Amino acid sequence: MSTLLDDTTTPGTAGTPAPAKKGPRDGAFGNARALACRECGHEVELGPSYACPECFGPLEVAYDFPAVTREEIAAGPRNIWRYKALLPVPTDIEQSPNTEPGFTRLLEAKNLARELGIDRLWVKDDSTNPTNSFKDRVVACALSAARELDAKVFACPSTGNLANAVAAAGARAGIPTVVFIPSNLETPKKVNSAVFTEKLVAVDGNYDDVNKLASEIAGEEEGWAFVNVNVRPFYAEGSKTLGYEIAEQLGWRLPDQIVIPVASGSQLTKVDKAFQELIKLGLVEDKPYKVYGAQAAGCSPVSVAYKAGTDAIRPVKPDTIAKSLAIGNPADGIYVLDVCRRTGGAVEDITDDEVRDAIVLLARTEGIFTETAGGTTVGVLKKLVESGQLDTSLETVVINTGHGLKTLDAISDRVGPVATIAPTYDAFAASGIV
Amino acid sequence: MSVSVRIPTILRTYTGGESEVSAEGDTLAAVLDDLDASYAGIRARILDDAGALRRFVNVYVGNDDVRFLEDLATPTPDGVQISVIPAVAGG
Ligand SMILES: Cc1ncc(COP(=O)(O)O)c(C=O)c1O
Ligand SMILES: [Zn+2]
Repeated sequence: MSTLLDDTTTPGTAGTPAPAKKGPRDGAFGNARALACRECGHEVELGPSYACPECFGPLEVAYDFPAVTREEIAAGPRNIWRYKALLPVPTDIEQSPNTEPGFTRLLEAKNLARELGIDRLWVKDDSTNPTNSFKDRVVACALSAARELDAKVFACPSTGNLANAVAAAGARAGIPTVVFIPSNLETPKKVNSAVFTEKLVAVDGNYDDVNKLASEIAGEEEGWAFVNVNVRPFYAEGSKTLGYEIAEQLGWRLPDQIVIPVASGSQLTKVDKAFQELIKLGLVEDKPYKVYGAQAAGCSPVSVAYKAGTDAIRPVKPDTIAKSLAIGNPADGIYVLDVCRRTGGAVEDITDDEVRDAIVLLARTEGIFTETAGGTTVGVLKKLVESGQLDTSLETVVINTGHGLKTLDAISDRVGPVATIAPTYDAFAASGIV
Repeated sequence: MSVSVRIPTILRTYTGGESEVSAEGDTLAAVLDDLDASYAGIRARILDDAGALRRFVNVYVGNDDVRFLEDLATPTPDGVQISVIPAVAGG
């Protein structure tokens, strides 16, 4: 039996000795110590477990961190493995084929800052990762876990970007992939998966339906590593690298405030975890920072709960052009509320038209073409400024998590040629363009 | 009403490793009671001390999340499949 489905809680059959378990090699998960329940603290050993056997709470990677210095990190590769001491990966991770995501650019956005009336603003541009979204980070960590656990198949349910990243990483690692997406996804996202994998499965339903199906398959199929299901604790750690990089690229300090898109909420909570770890390790100075979450109004269960002042997140049926954020039942939504409230931030949502406007705004001020998720994030930043919720005198970072070429349809009606003219000077002169 | 219930890996200790079991009841609450009669202790894993569905578990009757239906009062017609699934983040 594959180690992948060995659940720490499955009892051996009485009388028959359990077969010797071929566990992962020593150091397979680096400095990680155990998986700990975020709700009740119950711990299980490192492996393909993701839900607490006591309370169903999410299991998270817990570490025994060694002393880590800025110099050691700076001497590392220009990708996420520079932070490998803080991730659940072996020390020789660079020897294993993966897509080497990370260390994306942090651009000071002076034009956008001026436009919005913010003193200092940066865009962390994760659209330049290997498959053009931040998902390459989480997938690289999940791939490491899958390899150490001897997975036969690498898989995911996805709103699109994750499927792209899993399919590409699996191709490079030589491990078969099966990726599941809602059938109504943007064509570029479908093609960007199908080009890397023979097995792109479109499911009639929304992401929450696809997620349910994947959980059921993960419970039945041996040897499958679903990156965001049974190896989710490892996967989710990859998002911390976004937080580490922002701090390192700011000269080893934390921004005053940061705006992050929210679908399941995993990424936002992991950026906060990263900041907390950097403080604890003495790599940055302890200081207050505010975390803001961004959703599209057509799928805003976390923003709605934030505004209502409750902890109860009512799931919704998504209806928005921001399909990568269209998770109606966000499992980490409650933690997004915790982080945003604890840090003095907020969760806000904007309409699809505001998402489109923000895509164009970012493109025309900074030359960055973001997908609908980034449009949502920049649009929420704008709304937070206009409503006075965001202090414009504080240093602000906004994360662009994905590339605009993946969601061309969202704005192809909004932009295009200003005129179509004959190839003559007279036609140009008559066009009134100048 | 006889229904089938899909059991997540972490609860299969209660069902002797079975991934799918049958139970009786015409609402989800009744089905969980009946399940607990056969597999003592399983209900307390799915419901919290106040008797509500735990935050990180999703229960489906057919294809629908009961949080969109009537929660524990959701009717469970004869032969329907019920799935108990841990909530997972990341997509
Ligand atoms: C481009 C993009 N941004 C943000 C997110 C949201 O991430 P999370 O589910 O971790 O909140 C996703 C995917 O789910 C995405 O594809
Ligand atoms: Zn727990």
